Order: sequence, then C-alpha cells, then structure tokens
Amino acid sequence: MYLGVFIGSLSLANLISRMPAAVAQGFIWGMMALGVYITFRLLDVADLSVDGSFATGGAVTVMLILAGWSAWAALLAAVAVGVVCGLCTGLLHTKLGIPAILAGILTQFALYSINLRIMTKANQTASIKKFGMVWEEGHKGFLLSSLYVPQAILTGLLLTAMLVALLYWYFGTEQGSALRATGANPHMSRAQGINVGNMKLIGLALSNGVVALSGGLMTQFQGTADVNMGRGAIVIGLAAIIIGEVLCDALFTKGANFAVRLCFVALGGIAYYIVMVVILWLRLDPNDLKLFTALIVAVFLAVPYLQGQRRPAVAQARRGGKEG
Amino acid sequence: MLKLERVSKTFHPGTIHEKRALQELELHLAPGEFVTVIGGNGAGKSTLLNAVAGVWPVDSGKILIDSVDVTALPEHKRAAFIGRVFQDPMMGTAPNMQIEENLALAMRRGKKRGLRWGVTKAEREEYHERLKTLGLGLENRMEDKVGLLSGGQRQALTLLMAALQRPKLLLLDEHTAALDPATAGKVLELSDQIVAENQLTALMITHNMRDALTHGNRIIMMHAGRIILDISGEEKKKLTKKDLLDRFAALSGVQEETDEVLLS
Repeated sequence: MYLGVFIGSLSLANLISRMPAAVAQGFIWGMMALGVYITFRLLDVADLSVDGSFATGGAVTVMLILAGWSAWAALLAAVAVGVVCGLCTGLLHTKLGIPAILAGILTQFALYSINLRIMTKANQTASIKKFGMVWEEGHKGFLLSSLYVPQAILTGLLLTAMLVALLYWYFGTEQGSALRATGANPHMSRAQGINVGNMKLIGLALSNGVVALSGGLMTQFQGTADVNMGRGAIVIGLAAIIIGEVLCDALFTKGANFAVRLCFVALGGIAYYIVMVVILWLRLDPNDLKLFTALIVAVFLAVPYLQGQRRPAVAQARRGGKEG
Repeated sequence: MLKLERVSKTFHPGTIHEKRALQELELHLAPGEFVTVIGGNGAGKSTLLNAVAGVWPVDSGKILIDSVDVTALPEHKRAAFIGRVFQDPMMGTAPNMQIEENLALAMRRGKKRGLRWGVTKAEREEYHERLKTLGLGLENRMEDKVGLLSGGQRQALTLLMAALQRPKLLLLDEHTAALDPATAGKVLELSDQIVAENQLTALMITHNMRDALTHGNRIIMMHAGRIILDISGEEKKKLTKKDLLDRFAALSGVQEETDEVLLS
C-alpha cells in the first residue's frame, strides 16, 4: 500500500531527465577511476593521496582561471601539480621506507592544508564563461559545464577516449611494461634489471596527474572547487574499477584486451554515478551515499577472496562425498 | 668470471637470532664452469646466491663479476650480468602478463627501457624460435598469460628468460625443488642444454645429491657459511654419493651418516 504510493510518487520522466548530466559527470569520475586503476591494479598499491590530489587539481584550476588563464592551460597546470603530489607519496614510500598506504594518507592529510592555501578559503567559484575550454557564442565547441550538458558529454567522451589511448600506448611501451611487471612481481622485476622504486614513483606520479586532471574537470563542470571535493575519491575510484571489471568480465568471458579493460573502467565511473543518481531519485537520504558506496566496494573486494577460500573446501567436500 | 673475496654476511647481528650465514667466503669461478652447490640446511647456499645477486649488501668482502666490482651495486643493476631462476616457480615470471611480454622484459635486462613499443614484431619471431627449443609447445601460446602455465612450464620459461640476454653468470636456486620428479628431470635437462648452448658460467644449488653429481663440471659443498669441499674435473666425474657423505662427515664434524643433512 505505502510501497504503491511511494512508487507512484516517483517520476520516471524525472529520472530520465537527470540521466544526461549524470553521464557527463560520470565521464569525469571515469577518468579519475583510470588514474586510480594505474596504482590499484597495475602497481598493486592502494594510493590514498588521490583524495587530496583530486581537490588539488580543482583548486589549481579554479585559481588559475580566476587569474585569467585559459581553461586548457589551467588543466595542464593541475596535471603538473598532481604529478608532484604523486611524487611526494612515491618518495615517502620508496626513499623513506614508509608503507605505501601510510605515505598516501600523509600526502592526503598535508594536501588539505595546501589546498586551503591555494584557494585561500574553503571554496572558490569562477564564472561559467571562463570555464569554457573553447568558448564560442551560442555555446558550441568543447565545453565541460553542468549548464551545457550535451557539450559536456561530448567533451567528456573525447577526453576519456584520449586518456584511454594515451594510457594504452604508455603501458604498451618498454617502460610501461616494466611498470606493469613491477606491480605483478617485484622479485622478477628486480631480477630482470627493473628499478622497482623508480617504477613506483612514475606510477604514482602518473596516477595523481590523471586524478588531478579529473579534479580540474570536475571544477570546470561544477563551476566551483571545494576543499572537500576529493573526500572519498579513492573509494569512488575503486567502486568504478570494480563495476567496470564486473561488466567487462560479464561481456568478455574469454578475457578482454587492455584497451577494452581501460574503456570499461571509464564506463564503471559512469555506471557508478548513474547508480548514485538512481539512489537519490529513490529519495534515499543523500547522507547515506558514502555508506552504500563503501558497502558495495567492500562486498566486491571480498568476493574474489572468499571464492579463493571456499574453493578447496568445496572440492574437498565433494571428494569426501564421493568416497563416502 | 665470478670472484668472491672474503665475503661475510651476518643476519640479525647482536640479537639471539644472530646467524653468521657467510664467513669470509672465497670462491672463484672460471668462464664456462658449471658449479653445483650442496650443503645442509642453513649451510649458506642460498645466502651465497643472494649475495652474488645483490638481494642485500654484504657486511664485508668483495664481489667481482667479469672483473667488475659489483659489491656496491643494487640488485637491479647487477641484473645486467646475471640470469636467475628461483626455487618458487611463481617468482621468476609475471603471472598476469603474456608469455611474449615476459620474454620481452627479459630481453631488455640490463638495457634502458624507454618509450619504444614493448614487444616488436621481429622479436616475436625470435621468441617463437626460442620457445620451440623448449619442446613444450609454448611457441603456439605466446599470447597466453603466464599464470596459465604449470610450475614446470614456468621454470622452463624462466630458464629461457635468464639466458635470452646472454648473462655472464646464471644462478639456479634449487629451481627444480618444487617440481614433481619427472618435470624436475626435464627442467634439469633443459638447464644443461641452455648452459651448453650459450656456454654459460653457472651456479646451481640442489638438495638432490645425485643431481649435484650428474650435472655440472665442478661441485662445492658448504657448511656453516664456508666452502668445505671443492672438486672439479675428472675427480668430480668419479665422485659417488658415498664419497660425498664420508667426506662431509669428516670435514664438518657432523657424524650422522644419513642423507638428511645434505638433502634437507
């Protein structure tokens, strides 16, 4: 009875009308997920500095745009600063022997203060006109803004495609292969003459550069940067990776090549954000969103482990059953 | 080719776990020598190989490879001179990378890794030919992930990788210990083949005395961080298992006349 009234009160048209903006923003989360993918999947390091570097990317972008820089130049600067953030984590880890997870937490913690310094206050807003990457009268061209959703989707798609192509190329090179080997088997990598510490540095720098890029894009999309905008970015990134990989494995049962995998990670970002929009549409309390996200990520991270634990036991039970 | 001068290494110094793993060890390998290393548990066999490979710095002494002092070089730099196969078949390869990608990584051992493509077409053809020599059919599975291979296949691949960029020194650390006897035999045969074809200088640790006697052209026995026996040439060919046990008992002062001390 109540359920019927509740469902009746939901407007499907309303949900559909929200979808394009969700997709546009999803592209940005997808790019961030690609950044997290570099460390989490390829380097086998959970890098928590991204919570800080995402906001740093946003802070640098908004301040440079306010200072009169073009949107593209501001984004490039954001990437460079993100790379430096990653290097900090990498140096703490490889040169000073601090465990990777703790090094990331330290960088993230320090970046909160630095982000406040960059922005001089907790948030900064710039006029939407200044955020156009190529501003033309009549709102055509490349523009990533929540006010012009079709252009934002197109821009998001193009940037994501460029990023996927760039990452696909890099991880196919000699250096990129060495980086993947470092994540896969550090013993073997050292025995093959790979400087494991340097590879970790490069991976962390690259990852945080990509994350800062997405932070800058998010700032352009929303027209504002906030010191808390990166909170939980790592978890959102992990959620996007996991959703993307589940979709990829479901569609490509024989295994997919690396380019396809990267595309699915980006798609995971979009899927994640669509799920969030649906949850909001269902009028669940937005304050619970992070709880839901954390639960989803925890479940999906646990599944492979639990399957691994269960398999021998099941096999034994089967054998025992046959003998008995 | 390899020279160790008074090399010492103590683990956990100054604690109750203090272990003097290598004690002023002297060893000189001529080019083309294939040395099998035997000794009981804790004799220092693996420590010797790890010292040469540079897994950690030694406390004192000098290590030279082909007259180059490598004592201060980190592991990844020494790798330019050394090919290695480990006891654990999981350790020598990257499981989630393709067979050809693993070979390409090994092909660039000791070289600068830049932004050129990781595996070229010409290389692929070479890998195909090299994999054929293993006789395992891996040449038709070059795009398979190494994680799909069995332990024996992985060790064979790791051997090939170790020799792909001809090393000055090949280190085999009980590389057949984790395999079933038939596979172990096959991998040992491949080891002989690869050492002979490439005329490599090699150090092979084994826990199997028969293998130590039938492979290589020199045998050394370790005890308490020192080399207590060193036999090569014709004398090694005539050596029997009983000779080894007798001499071990005499030299080490350990009376137990069982295989266990040496086999463990």
